[in-house]
Amino acid sequence: MLRKSSIWVEAIRNGLIGGTVALLLCLVGIVVALGQKMIVSGVISMGQILAFAPILIFAYTNARRATTKTVDTLLLGAVAGLSSGVILAALIGLGQVINLRAMFVNASPDLYKLLTFGLTLGPGIALLLGVAAIIGLTGVALFLLPARIRGTLIQAIIWVTLIGLLRELIVTVTRSWGPVAPLVKWMFARSGLTLLGATFLLALIGGLTYWRNSRPKQAQVSKRNPKQQQWIRWGTLAILGLIMIILPRIVGPFFSDILDNVGLYILMGLGLNIVVGFAGLLDLGYVAFFAIGAYTMGVLTSPELAANPLTYWQALPIALGVAVLSGFLLGLPVLKMRGDYLAIVTLGFGEIVRLLVLSDWLRPWLGGTQGIQLIAHPVIGPLDFGSQQMLYYVILVGIAIAAFIAIRLKDSRLGRSWMALREDEDVAKAMGINHVTTKLLAFASGAFFAGLGGTLFAAKLSSAYPQSFQFLVSINVLSLIIIGGMGSIPGVLVGGLVLMGLPEILREFAEYRYLVYGALLVAMMLTRPEGLWPEARRRLELHEEQDLALQQESQPVMKNPGQ
Amino acid sequence: MLRTFRQRITITDIVIWAIGLAIAIMVVWGTISTLQSGKYATGTWLDLTIKGLAVGGVYALIAMGYTLVYGILRMINFAHSEVFMSGPFTAVFLANALAQSGFLNKQPLLSMLLITLLSMAVSAVVAMLLERIAYRRLRYAPRLVPLITAIGASFFLQYVFRGLYGSGFKGYPTVTSLQGSWNFLGIEVYKTQIVVIISAILMMVILYGIVQWTKIGRAMRAVSEDKEAAELMGINVDRIIVFTFVLGGASAGAAGILYILLFPVVWFFMGFIPSIKAFTAAVLGGIGNVAGAFVGAMLLGLLESIGPNLFLDGLGVVNPSQLKDAIAFIVLVLILIFRPSGILGERVTQTKA
Repeated sequence: MLRKSSIWVEAIRNGLIGGTVALLLCLVGIVVALGQKMIVSGVISMGQILAFAPILIFAYTNARRATTKTVDTLLLGAVAGLSSGVILAALIGLGQVINLRAMFVNASPDLYKLLTFGLTLGPGIALLLGVAAIIGLTGVALFLLPARIRGTLIQAIIWVTLIGLLRELIVTVTRSWGPVAPLVKWMFARSGLTLLGATFLLALIGGLTYWRNSRPKQAQVSKRNPKQQQWIRWGTLAILGLIMIILPRIVGPFFSDILDNVGLYILMGLGLNIVVGFAGLLDLGYVAFFAIGAYTMGVLTSPELAANPLTYWQALPIALGVAVLSGFLLGLPVLKMRGDYLAIVTLGFGEIVRLLVLSDWLRPWLGGTQGIQLIAHPVIGPLDFGSQQMLYYVILVGIAIAAFIAIRLKDSRLGRSWMALREDEDVAKAMGINHVTTKLLAFASGAFFAGLGGTLFAAKLSSAYPQSFQFLVSINVLSLIIIGGMGSIPGVLVGGLVLMGLPEILREFAEYRYLVYGALLVAMMLTRPEGLWPEARRRLELHEEQDLALQQESQPVMKNPGQ
Repeated sequence: MLRTFRQRITITDIVIWAIGLAIAIMVVWGTISTLQSGKYATGTWLDLTIKGLAVGGVYALIAMGYTLVYGILRMINFAHSEVFMSGPFTAVFLANALAQSGFLNKQPLLSMLLITLLSMAVSAVVAMLLERIAYRRLRYAPRLVPLITAIGASFFLQYVFRGLYGSGFKGYPTVTSLQGSWNFLGIEVYKTQIVVIISAILMMVILYGIVQWTKIGRAMRAVSEDKEAAELMGINVDRIIVFTFVLGGASAGAAGILYILLFPVVWFFMGFIPSIKAFTAAVLGGIGNVAGAFVGAMLLGLLESIGPNLFLDGLGVVNPSQLKDAIAFIVLVLILIFRPSGILGERVTQTKA
């Protein structure tokens, strides 16, 4: 009896936590901000998904912890969902009695309307409680499903949500694709998907995922001989390259601008990946090199400041040289520091650079608060790379070079030295690795890519302002490499596309990007510190204990074949 | 003798010492030429000193949070800036409500006490949640992992509070009885600055007393020496760590109210700069050391208040007070290079640093 009651208390407790998380999301304003963003037109909006997802998740985790009979588990889910709903209902009730808006700016009538599904107060709250209970039930039902179906369903739902979110992009891109255009038109409503379209997509993606998961794990690639594999790899690369080349033509100038920004962040990410991912030096002042690149470019090419302005290509080597030199300069004093101290000192370095650029003292040389205008952009013969769509190609080449260098560096002698220093500095030193040159080279190569990014950034805006080089830029780059997977180059690409691309496309979401980054960083560190697309060695390092345990478990099995 | 000496010195040492020497020469040069120019009267310097001490008092209380947590967990709680921000950013609503009802000016002492208590409570709760949700599970993780978590938590909290209370600046109401200045031996001193200095010293004494003379303080010191041994002695390590976070949070909340007495405006990003300074102060005094935090904070307050005018003005820098944050950062870098153990600190060995 006692045990049983504690299960119910636990369910209510989890429900209340879920409700509190939902409440926080509501009060932070992200729910209302995305309330207009329909996923399935007329049925559900992204805001509603966000408000109710915590309820589902906590009901699910509650079910995972409690081990009871099916009927009880279902009931538990309903109880958890209901207690979450009570918290949201309490918010609505409180909002009617006192003016919550004096304190919480986002406790607006829009929020109440969204939570009560546009009904009047009484029926609205009743409906909310009912829906919360049903969501709790759904969470448990998901748990009770066989693992494969659950996985398929969750994946399909996530994909449909994503497609619904990216409606504008998809519609714009496919507008001129003969046979696809009518299908797309049929699937999408004015905002979000149509109900039919969503069902169709859900079935399609669900079916595909189920089919893929049901095939044996051994992929066919490994059965083919190495030569074929290589052909396939080069083929994929070529097709990807081709797509990348025609991309700005397909998506138009607006999305090209976004592509440029994403590209610049990927370029910086590749550089920071060397410093943080390979060498394990947490650099929070990375934006400084970006600023140094941009400002050197500005000082040398802008007719405002230079007596005889250079062209972009003439100034580029100088700007890169200055960036690398400043990388060395930062590297020298921090050689002996590790971990936390290094992070704060580099942060200080970034801020010092920004403060100097901003100061009245250096105004005659660097432009002070007004920044530098009329910065040159790259021109090759008749080709002018000034527009967003053209500059994209220069950035693309930059990324290709950076990625090539990073891949080659990774397994080189230097790259292995970096990783050795990252794993254990003392042992690495004892093995004869010169930590001075190794660390300095890490800072310098990181600075090189950031400097390149800075020159391109200056060329893109044809100006440089101190406001563009805030600490937040460093945090953006850091987030993308950590979430993508520290030390992993595909991780940087994926992280850049997702973290920098999504908030630019979803303008409603842009205001909350740092909230989401922060939450993602914490969640990532708690659950999957190696990142979404991890580098093999880093994963081994972080899951050492688990792997050891696995090995011990599997040892008897390993012996069996010998008998 | 000379040969072994020469072997021990590397190029990097020479470069670093050259940088240090250059900065020292610039500081001396700037000071001499500023004083020679006689641009500022003695009164200005005294004003700046008092201001520096007041700001230093605020830094000292924030620095307590860094120092206590570092002492126990050997990690820098990067999100402490948001612990500091959350208190005054929440208490502004109480302060404005009290001001509107007229209670603030009728009972200034009681209302300030209420506001401070609310601020301390909110900061303490945020610090506690931070420990419970984010840090507890990472106690034995590789070093970079908790640090990145702390950075993520810092941004998460900043933007949560931005979402909750809005992105704009919010003004604190002024307390009439704290307006104006007192006259000490011919020097005009703002009342708020004196109040801030005295309360900061008082609170530092209380905090020092808690750590040094109470039973739970003794337990804290035991945990910071050796977690396993403390556990074997019957100390509940989890509870002590929670208490440490609460203590650090509460002192950050109090610091927040003192801070708004000096600069009566709050917004979601207000924690960043003061907290970096407070961290610098903690390192300057010797991180992990309560008295060191106080000494370091006062010193840093003075340096950044007097420094720009004293060191930079003589070098012909236009508008030197713009660079006061840069001075704090340079101080941080210099200490970490030349004396990472700080003024009063334990020897920070390389494994800890």
